[in-house]
Amino acid sequence: MPELLRVVAGRVAAVVPVVFGVTLLVFLLNALALGDPARAAMGQRGDPEVLERIRRDYALDRPLPAQYGAWMGRLVRGDLGHSYHQQRAVTEIIAERAPATLRLAAAATLISVMAGVMMGALAARRPGSLVDHAVMATAVLGISTPVFWLGMMLSLVFAVTLGWLPVSGYGGGDWRHLVLPAVTLGALHTGSVARMTRGSLLEVTRQDYMTTARAKGLAEPVLLVKHALRNAAIPVVTVIGIGLADLLVGAPLTETVFAWPGLGRLLVASVGQRDLPVVMGAVLVFALVYVIANLLVDLAYLLIDPRTRSA
Amino acid sequence: MARSIDMRAPKWPPKPPNVRSAPAKPWRSSTILRHRGIAAGGVLLVVLAGAAVFAPILAPHDPLEIAGGGGTTLERPTTAHPFGTDALGRDLLARVLWAGRVSLAVGVGVEVLVALLGCFVGLAAGYYGGPLDGVLMRTTDVVMAFPSLVLAIGLIAVFERPGLDKVVLVLVVLGWTTIARVVRGAALSLKEREYVQAARALGADNRAIIVRHVLPNALGPFLVAATLGVGSNMIAEAGLSFLGLGAQSPTLSWGAMLADGQTFLAAAPWVAVFPGVALLLAVLGINLLGDGLRDLLDPRFTD
Repeated sequence: MPELLRVVAGRVAAVVPVVFGVTLLVFLLNALALGDPARAAMGQRGDPEVLERIRRDYALDRPLPAQYGAWMGRLVRGDLGHSYHQQRAVTEIIAERAPATLRLAAAATLISVMAGVMMGALAARRPGSLVDHAVMATAVLGISTPVFWLGMMLSLVFAVTLGWLPVSGYGGGDWRHLVLPAVTLGALHTGSVARMTRGSLLEVTRQDYMTTARAKGLAEPVLLVKHALRNAAIPVVTVIGIGLADLLVGAPLTETVFAWPGLGRLLVASVGQRDLPVVMGAVLVFALVYVIANLLVDLAYLLIDPRTRSA
Repeated sequence: MARSIDMRAPKWPPKPPNVRSAPAKPWRSSTILRHRGIAAGGVLLVVLAGAAVFAPILAPHDPLEIAGGGGTTLERPTTAHPFGTDALGRDLLARVLWAGRVSLAVGVGVEVLVALLGCFVGLAAGYYGGPLDGVLMRTTDVVMAFPSLVLAIGLIAVFERPGLDKVVLVLVVLGWTTIARVVRGAALSLKEREYVQAARALGADNRAIIVRHVLPNALGPFLVAATLGVGSNMIAEAGLSFLGLGAQSPTLSWGAMLADGQTFLAAAPWVAVFPGVALLLAVLGINLLGDGLRDLLDPRFTD
């Protein structure tokens, strides 16, 4: 086990410079900003004292490395600054929005993994069959559909025309409000999961131990679940990891289509208002979630596939 | 002579087992055209590119003229206006055609810049290596640590006013990493091959080796990445424009049109349907083409 621990520690350590780079890049958003966003955001009623406080907080009158140091100093204490528009701490605003995005992302992941694995397994049963072609065509179509347009079309059919589900909004957490955004956000990724599941299932079924198991007279469903799916899980874990990127990229668009009060919509609105502290905070949170999720996927390999431990 | 020296293509590395090999002559036109994905994707793209190029001839009305061709507000699709009209009575068919020029041009244009930048960085890192390689690869690590569109949205905030030119700039700045990695990988593995060593021993300089050996061998994965990149660029541009952070009126783009469509979704669904279908078909065509090229040129990734 210490061997495993050392590998895990190595993977975690490798993430540190990336996180450092991420903060540097987010910092540059503010450093490169054209014009004076603080003044622009506050307009005529810009209180000189508040502007002075911002200049002091961001050390705007000092060279860039000093500004970065001041910003990092506050960041490690969990201080993301104050919003220009709402006179509140950025962390407070983000904490308020994060649960909605989490809920949406969790539901979308569940949908894409369940639907994708099912579709992939269905297609892999008889490669080259009509079912296989139909499933794979659906997958390519799903991957190619712009997520926000899909959301609008689903909303048009199921909300506007049929009236089965609400058009938009959070509905105080009512599950019916969650259905359309989650399906929309999950659909993009379902196609990738289906493709990857099919591909790795086909790869696995070619292996000798599958022939052996079949020769023993195991029923096809048992064979599929016990021997094939488990060994096909490694690439599927990869694709779930990649899928997180899809989810995070799709979140601002999906949340905008469905007026979902999450981080993505917060980001978009803040860019529109040039509320840079909120923009920086939201981008940073998205990036950190992504980096950590990728690390977890990496660590998951170590558990599923002992072969990766030596690498 | 005791032994004859085999002057043909190098046999190393040996083909790994369980991998479908690429067709013997992937470049032969019959091989390419027989691939169903490539054929379908190619036809889709030729039609869409043709529609964009000939938009001035094909468009029945002026895309910007309010109530052009006698259109009234949010008119249903009719023979006079096959795609209907938008909130200002502008002909939607004309708008979709003209917007296609912008969307396709941004998709391809960004990818050309991205490919140049990516090739340059990838070659520098992979072929020359050293500290440069470290710096460039750490930079790509950091850029790739962001969900792409999220960082793109954030970068738009740097500018005082959003616009299509800023979208192009942001997409180029963020887009080069994939190609850089592909080219770097090829350069890295090729420069140690025996035939490249042989070429060097024969006096070939770095430029000749890069042009004759490294670039041609990186061409397959490079083409696949570049093709699929055009699709991601178009989706990203449409997404940003849809969010109001890209093309601004009167610049036409499918994404910006979809923002209108969202507003009138219940009253006039056709405003949202047609630009979306156009965008979907374009991206579908590119994905079919890219996947097909991958089948033919890059058998390692075939599933």
